[in-house]
Amino acid sequence: MAIAPAQFPPPVDSQKEFIKRGLDPEDERIEVGVAIVGGGTAGLACANRLLQLLAEDPKLMESLGEVPVAVIEKAKVCGGHNLSGAVMRPGPLQELFPDMTREDWRKEGFAFGEVKKDAVYLLPNGKTKIRVPTPPNFRNHGNEVVSVSALARFQQKVAEENGAYVLTETAATQLIVEDGRVVGVRSGDKGRGKEGEPLANFEPGTDIAAKAVVLAEGCWGHLTGAAIREFNLGEGREPQVWELGVKEIWKVPKPLDRVIHTLGPWPLRISAKYGQIGGTWIYPMKDAKTGDDLVSIGVVVDLDYKDATTSVHDLLQLFKLHPLVKGILEGGERIGWGAKALPGGGWWSMPKPVMPGAVLVGDAAGLVDTVALKGVHHCINSGKIAAEVIYESLKNGSTDFSAYQERLERSITGQELYQVRNTRQPFQKGLIKGGPLVGIMTLTKGKFPGGRWRWHRNDEVPMFIGDTHKRYPQPDGKYTFDKLSSVYVSGNATRDDAPNHIRVRKRVPREIAETWRWMCPAGVYEIPEDAPEKGDVDVIVNYTNCVQCGAITAKGGRLTTPEGGDGPLYQLT
Amino acid sequence: MSILTYALHFQGEFNKNSLGAISEAGKLAQQIGGEAAAIVVGGDDLTDDFCKSLGKYGASKVYRVKGPEGIAQPVVDAMAKVIQENGYKYALFGGGLLGFEIGAGLSARLGAGVTMEVTQVKVQDGKLVAVRPVLQDSALVDVGFAGEPGIIIGRLNAFEVTEAGGGDAEVIDVDVEFSEFSTKAQVVKRGERGDEGGVNIEDADILVAGGRGLGSAEAFKLCEDLAEVLGGAVAATRAVVDAGWYPYSAQIGQTGKTVSPKLYLAAGISGAIQHKVGMQNSENIVAINKDPNAPIFEFCDLGIVGDLHQILPKLTEAVKAKKGA
Amino acid sequence: MKICVLVKEVPDAAVEKRIDPNTKRLDRSGEKNLNPFDTHAIEAAMQIKEGGTVDVSEIVAITMGPEGSERALHKAVSLGADRSIQLTDDALAGSDVCATGYALAKVLEAEQPDLVLLGQQSDDGECYAIGAVVADHLKMPSLTQVIEMETQPDKVVCRRQAEYGYDTVEVPLPAVISVGDAINEPRYPSLKAIMGAKKKPLDKKSAADVGIEPDKVGEQGSRTQVLAINPPPAKEPGEIIEDENTDETVEKIVAWLEERKLLA
Repeated sequence: MAIAPAQFPPPVDSQKEFIKRGLDPEDERIEVGVAIVGGGTAGLACANRLLQLLAEDPKLMESLGEVPVAVIEKAKVCGGHNLSGAVMRPGPLQELFPDMTREDWRKEGFAFGEVKKDAVYLLPNGKTKIRVPTPPNFRNHGNEVVSVSALARFQQKVAEENGAYVLTETAATQLIVEDGRVVGVRSGDKGRGKEGEPLANFEPGTDIAAKAVVLAEGCWGHLTGAAIREFNLGEGREPQVWELGVKEIWKVPKPLDRVIHTLGPWPLRISAKYGQIGGTWIYPMKDAKTGDDLVSIGVVVDLDYKDATTSVHDLLQLFKLHPLVKGILEGGERIGWGAKALPGGGWWSMPKPVMPGAVLVGDAAGLVDTVALKGVHHCINSGKIAAEVIYESLKNGSTDFSAYQERLERSITGQELYQVRNTRQPFQKGLIKGGPLVGIMTLTKGKFPGGRWRWHRNDEVPMFIGDTHKRYPQPDGKYTFDKLSSVYVSGNATRDDAPNHIRVRKRVPREIAETWRWMCPAGVYEIPEDAPEKGDVDVIVNYTNCVQCGAITAKGGRLTTPEGGDGPLYQLT
Repeated sequence: MSILTYALHFQGEFNKNSLGAISEAGKLAQQIGGEAAAIVVGGDDLTDDFCKSLGKYGASKVYRVKGPEGIAQPVVDAMAKVIQENGYKYALFGGGLLGFEIGAGLSARLGAGVTMEVTQVKVQDGKLVAVRPVLQDSALVDVGFAGEPGIIIGRLNAFEVTEAGGGDAEVIDVDVEFSEFSTKAQVVKRGERGDEGGVNIEDADILVAGGRGLGSAEAFKLCEDLAEVLGGAVAATRAVVDAGWYPYSAQIGQTGKTVSPKLYLAAGISGAIQHKVGMQNSENIVAINKDPNAPIFEFCDLGIVGDLHQILPKLTEAVKAKKGA
Repeated sequence: MKICVLVKEVPDAAVEKRIDPNTKRLDRSGEKNLNPFDTHAIEAAMQIKEGGTVDVSEIVAITMGPEGSERALHKAVSLGADRSIQLTDDALAGSDVCATGYALAKVLEAEQPDLVLLGQQSDDGECYAIGAVVADHLKMPSLTQVIEMETQPDKVVCRRQAEYGYDTVEVPLPAVISVGDAINEPRYPSLKAIMGAKKKPLDKKSAADVGIEPDKVGEQGSRTQVLAINPPPAKEPGEIIEDENTDETVEKIVAWLEERKLLA
């Protein structure tokens, strides 16, 4: 009997809960020029570019009022919830800040060196490796290893210096729609208790009215999901699918001299029965501020898998036991950990990026090239383009941003994503069957085979309780780690009596419960020890562990907007 | 090179941390070629016998000052005078509210260096060096003093009380003219018990803590029984507080309370780091858990791999018997 | 009544803390936040203002810190302070508790407040009684660990936590009161307050502006020196007993406890 998470949808009605019909009266609301929801790479790139344009146009700047640009970010600081590999194509960032050199980037602490060498391996098992010629999408020469968490901090500083109001510790919980157009967002309440009841210091949110709203929430955000339903932005497109990445940062005794990717199959299972597709990365990072040699290491797995015991966190711990990795990390010290989901559907899954009054940028718009593992430069590029379109429209007294879609598609972002539009889909058949097709598509730059390859939803995949978990190492607390101590390292300090922001059915078949338990990198979902082996079980939700990676949304639950200020405080991820 | 300490008293007894400070001062003074003295501030309850008794902890002199009790600033006046007139090189305080307040006020008054949260005092080149933990106890710093005097304020329960065997201390009455502002604050009521109904776990010397391994809220009775015979209080992990098995006021850990009792007995607790940071400084850690791989076994002093439902009741009986004997 | 609240920026609790090997002091370059104890002090000030028994003319937030510490002041203002003062000067870097208290007292002297409120300790664990240092310089009565406060026009009646339970103490104004975190539940600032914070007046003052004598502050004014930094002593691994015979095990435990004088 096939049991898929989609059969147990979470108790949430996004359109009803996350859309507010109509603004509060003028004296109760705040008026801003452009409201950007999400202070990550894309949102801040939009803010940075907008302010550059406005600096040359004092008249328009003034017409936007006291707060021309507001960035709303739920983490304690911008970058606190951001995580990526990452090796970034330098172009768009150089265009955004033309006066900065790459040395300047490193001095600011968000860039860690130019890629001079790279290596790609196949890992047939936990002991050996086979070096393969670097496939075209993995050639990274000239690219820069960056930390999006540190980059966002830098971008926040620049934005504030140029007049943006960056409202950190503030969640945007509702999209405000009036007469069929987006007219603003509402900030989240603070001071609610476990059951949502107002506590002594309860402070309600505020409506933020804006002439333009930019949704930069990242991996399919809270308002973005509601907007897609409201404005039918998914019409005619493939469903979005996701991948989950778990990452660690290590201080190492000797510097790594190359960017490494492994294409599997180990530590994943090769048989299509398990449905595990993914890969790993190991990137060198030279910290210019401290002189330390660091390494970013992670595992990314498509959330399409079928074995409920698949745990990306534990696969990362297993991966570290390979001699290739031991040779790099041994003698070092773990200094960071984090997890985040990313949209993997590519071109055909991208929602329409524009609606009346608002645009989508970055991961929220699905702009990640999962073949080359590149998304950071797309975030920056889309943020820039959105800023330019918004600026021009506002200058002409219009709030019609539909030009954004065309410009985005014509840009390098659109071009690159179009090229790989079908390249991941064959993996739905499994690594063995899909691999060769993926290879051919890559070599022909997407021309062959053409057409439109479909995706199926992650939560429609039937789950079974397999044996992947038998391979996971027992954490030793020094080289391999358990989930709880990893959550601690992420700086997670969520309030003990914060309201529960995770929506899942509390009673589900064991297969589903096990899926959640293993999937969650933070150990949020637990099954009581005395629960039956088969049939329905109760699920314990330790939501205060949540690092807001978003994976649950892909597999049958829903991550809703947490209280601002909660969650991890990533620094170098 | 002599050391002056402050002895807090209340209802006919000297405060444990003050006695610890005097004991410590006695030991150190010998090593740097001086003597240890104590100062007490209060009313008629400071009888000769009461003050002389500090001799057995190591004080050779006790300066007795008539003045208000329970307020820091008059003591600053008194200590400043005694230090300046008699050339004391160091002032040493046991942990506790008044120790912090007086020590800090004294540093301002005399322009002297002060170190707080001190866990150990060393002698280096004939001078005292204070050792204190920093960064959530992940490092220890050695702090020296420039100029005189040096003011050392111990961490709660850092200094052990020892009866060094000295005879009666010499009691010297000192007349202190208090500054105008020192005596402005008036104690209206002193030493009221809190209304928390039970010992504040941060103050308890002995804690019996329960975790998920207890299995149910009812099982907390096992912890309560043991805590009662040991003379301690009951604490809980976040997991069981979340589950409603025990109140939040007993929670230890990252977002709960941090404790450092003499004995921390953990029953059914795995020892995950969020809990560990709340109790890792306990002097003696005993853990009972049926999982031999539980992380707590890596940092406890005595670990028992077994069933707490069997062990706790028997342990309670055995302790009761031992104490009754 | 004029209330001054002393606030401080401290490294965020979640940030990995380290000692800068060059200065041997806490490396404060990471994320910073308003010291959580200070939010209780501001809340206490606001509750006096909103309480109605005393007329509060203004609440002034004051901090001593390097570039960037204005953030703590913005937060204080968003929580209700009317204006703020930032004492910032290179000469103050490296000041210890004593020097910091002296410097803040100089700023307060110029302000002439009726009540000075502050959090009783800071998250970076440096010290617990800067209020006492400040009060001594100002020659005002002071109290710390206050968890309840009733304010009247000429005095405050405080309940404070002490070694023997709780003391009730009456303190005539002007006074310096350090509050504990049990005193209140700080409010969350509204978005409007947060966005309006930058517009409230912020005075930057240098050491010379308030008459601070240079040899009393900074590294040179410091009366303590960090001589060494060491890792904590490695803990001896504990003894592990497998319970095979519970009676025997319990006997062993009791003997172990007795050895350590824990059964007194």
